[in-house]
Amino acid sequence: LSRGKLDEETWEEVEDTLISSDLGVEATMELVESLRTRVKVDGATDEATVRGWLREDLLALVQPDMDRRITSTRVGDRPAVILVVGVNGTGKTTTVGKLARVLVAEDREVLLGAADTFRAAAADQLETWGARVGVPTVRSEKDGADPAAVAFDAVKAGIEEEVDVVIIDTAGRLHNKVGLMDELGKVKRVIEKQSEIDEVLLVLDATTGQNGLQQAKVFSEAVDVTGIVLTKLDGTAKGGIVVAVQRQLGVPVKLVGLGEGPDDLAPFDPEAFVDAIVM
Amino acid sequence: MFASLSDRLTATFKNLRGKGRLSESDVNSTIRDIRLALLDADVALPVVKRFTSSVRERALGAEVSQALNPAQQVVKIVQEELVAILGGQTRTIRFAKQPPTVIMLAGLQGSGKTTFAGKLGKWLKDQGHTPLLVAADLQRPNAVTQLEVVGERAGIPVFAPERGNMGGHDAVLGSGEGTRSFGDPVAVSQMGIEQARAKQYDVVIVDTAGRLAVDANLMQQASDIRTAISPDEVLFVLDAMIGQAAVETAQAFHEGVAFTGVVLSKLDGDARGGAALSVAELTGEPIMFASTGEKVTDVEVFHPDRMASRILDM
Ligand SMILES: Nc1nc2c(ncn2[C@@H]2O[C@H](COP(=O)(O)OP(=O)(O)OP(=O)(O)O)[C@@H](O)[C@H]2O)c(=O)[nH]1
Ligand SMILES: Nc1nc2c(ncn2[C@@H]2O[C@H](COP(=O)(O)OP(=O)(O)OP(=O)(O)O)[C@@H](O)[C@H]2O)c(=O)[nH]1
Ligand SMILES: [K+]
Ligand SMILES: [Mg+2]
Ligand SMILES: [Mg+2]
Repeated sequence: LSRGKLDEETWEEVEDTLISSDLGVEATMELVESLRTRVKVDGATDEATVRGWLREDLLALVQPDMDRRITSTRVGDRPAVILVVGVNGTGKTTTVGKLARVLVAEDREVLLGAADTFRAAAADQLETWGARVGVPTVRSEKDGADPAAVAFDAVKAGIEEEVDVVIIDTAGRLHNKVGLMDELGKVKRVIEKQSEIDEVLLVLDATTGQNGLQQAKVFSEAVDVTGIVLTKLDGTAKGGIVVAVQRQLGVPVKLVGLGEGPDDLAPFDPEAFVDAIVM
Repeated sequence: MFASLSDRLTATFKNLRGKGRLSESDVNSTIRDIRLALLDADVALPVVKRFTSSVRERALGAEVSQALNPAQQVVKIVQEELVAILGGQTRTIRFAKQPPTVIMLAGLQGSGKTTFAGKLGKWLKDQGHTPLLVAADLQRPNAVTQLEVVGERAGIPVFAPERGNMGGHDAVLGSGEGTRSFGDPVAVSQMGIEQARAKQYDVVIVDTAGRLAVDANLMQQASDIRTAISPDEVLFVLDAMIGQAAVETAQAFHEGVAFTGVVLSKLDGDARGGAALSVAELTGEPIMFASTGEKVTDVEVFHPDRMASRILDM
């Protein structure tokens, strides 16, 4: 949206802006159609007004009033339990480390569980994160141990030690792999033998395109996702696919990842998200 | 959400029979369908625009043959154009005349570089080569350990003179500066080449840290590694699930490290993989390998025709 006049080229620019943010064809067409109608009805010709309307409409799509809080204090007489899931390489382990850091800063006692027993050095990576932020990690010494058993042990230790929050890291898995999704379901059920799970956070990489919606659907079916963490927003990617995810699944984006350092985690800010796309 | 492109084109043309040329309006509605299908498959927008305009030109000029109905005809044109871009210059690794052949891996965070290092090592070993993996990611927590485990699983030795970021020894840093500066990756890469010469390994595979297209410092570091080791191949490892960010990413890495080939990873997923088309068209570099799983054996030479069908679900 750079020129003053609203010709066809300008409309194409609007469309391109939205598509380039990975919003998807459906949401883009919808937004552009409603904007065109509004311009016809209200007769606006100046760009600033139209840009303001687009911002309004997009913000409405992002649903700023969704509840984005995370349960991270003791629930009755047990720790809060947070399970972190997602496809390979999205930033799960890093997010667990960063989230632990935030909670420690709020004087919460945190315990990590390394239920990725599959990927090379995954437990070491989590343990390093734990050490960086001053939090212990429950892990198995051997590769290929039963992830559900490690998750069970971590929650058990959390209950016994009366910590405030237990955060369980899991192995990355592609949602179209039935066996791996079943395994994740089992991790959840085994944890639930001792404690409810308060949050299931699905970690989505902001560079992900339209496949992100399918990821969210399948993970939600398998483990009942309660929130999205949108990582790698420090790059040029806008993460527009989460708009469709929130809309279709009703699961809010709760946190965003803004880098590889311990302090690079922030609450999701709908206005900032929309501005990064429209402005 | 959408029917497959073939189904939609068939619907578009259901009233058109017999011989003749496709009319302008037939072609326009077809181009719209193709555009949607490509965007839905995450093909980068500038690539979609260029692609649809060349398909439009060919479709308008095409004689509708008797053997194929118009829908099939257009699908055939689309398929041919796709394969031309994806497979323009298919090839595999170029080996150095004087060993060792040096291969550098680069890409965004989490794209699959370290895993691919093991796969490529195994693939080369199975062809009689003697590869060495070099651990030059000193940034991501326990990246060095990860490469060592990967090497062990692949049966390939790993050169790791620095431990990188591990043990939480920066726990006292409150600045959130990230995970940089745990040793010198340029020096490690250089030492890796010397090690290969001394011990007569004939291929060196250098694993580097993930980095963002916009991170000028880290891109410079990658460029410095490249300058220091003059690799025979620089392979850009790209996640097949990537969306529109493929544009800046491919361009920034092409400028930053002048990659010579592309590896498409996580193709065992169900993403349509439009990124393949984007990166091939935007940079002109060939896609050489498909990475298709988490095991060291999950790697294939890239097949342009399969990828073309996958992108358009045909
Ligand atoms: N720039 C940037 N990099 C990130 C962010 N979050 C994670 N990363 C990097 O992304 C890469 C993958 O992160 P991990 O935390 O290992 O991802 P994961 O989902 O646990 O990966 P798997 O367990 O292998 O599936 C690492 O190099 C991280 O440092 C972020 O918000 N911004
Ligand atoms: N399903 C599947 N997973 C893969 C593939 N390639 C890599 N992965 C997984 O993706 C995740 C990230 O892979 P890595 O090899 O650590 O990626 P990287 O590019 O080295 O990551 P950084 O060093 O943090 O930038 C791990 O969980 C891998 O097991 C693939 O082809 N298919
Ligand atoms: K990724
Ligand atoms: Mg992990
Ligand atoms: Mg790596």
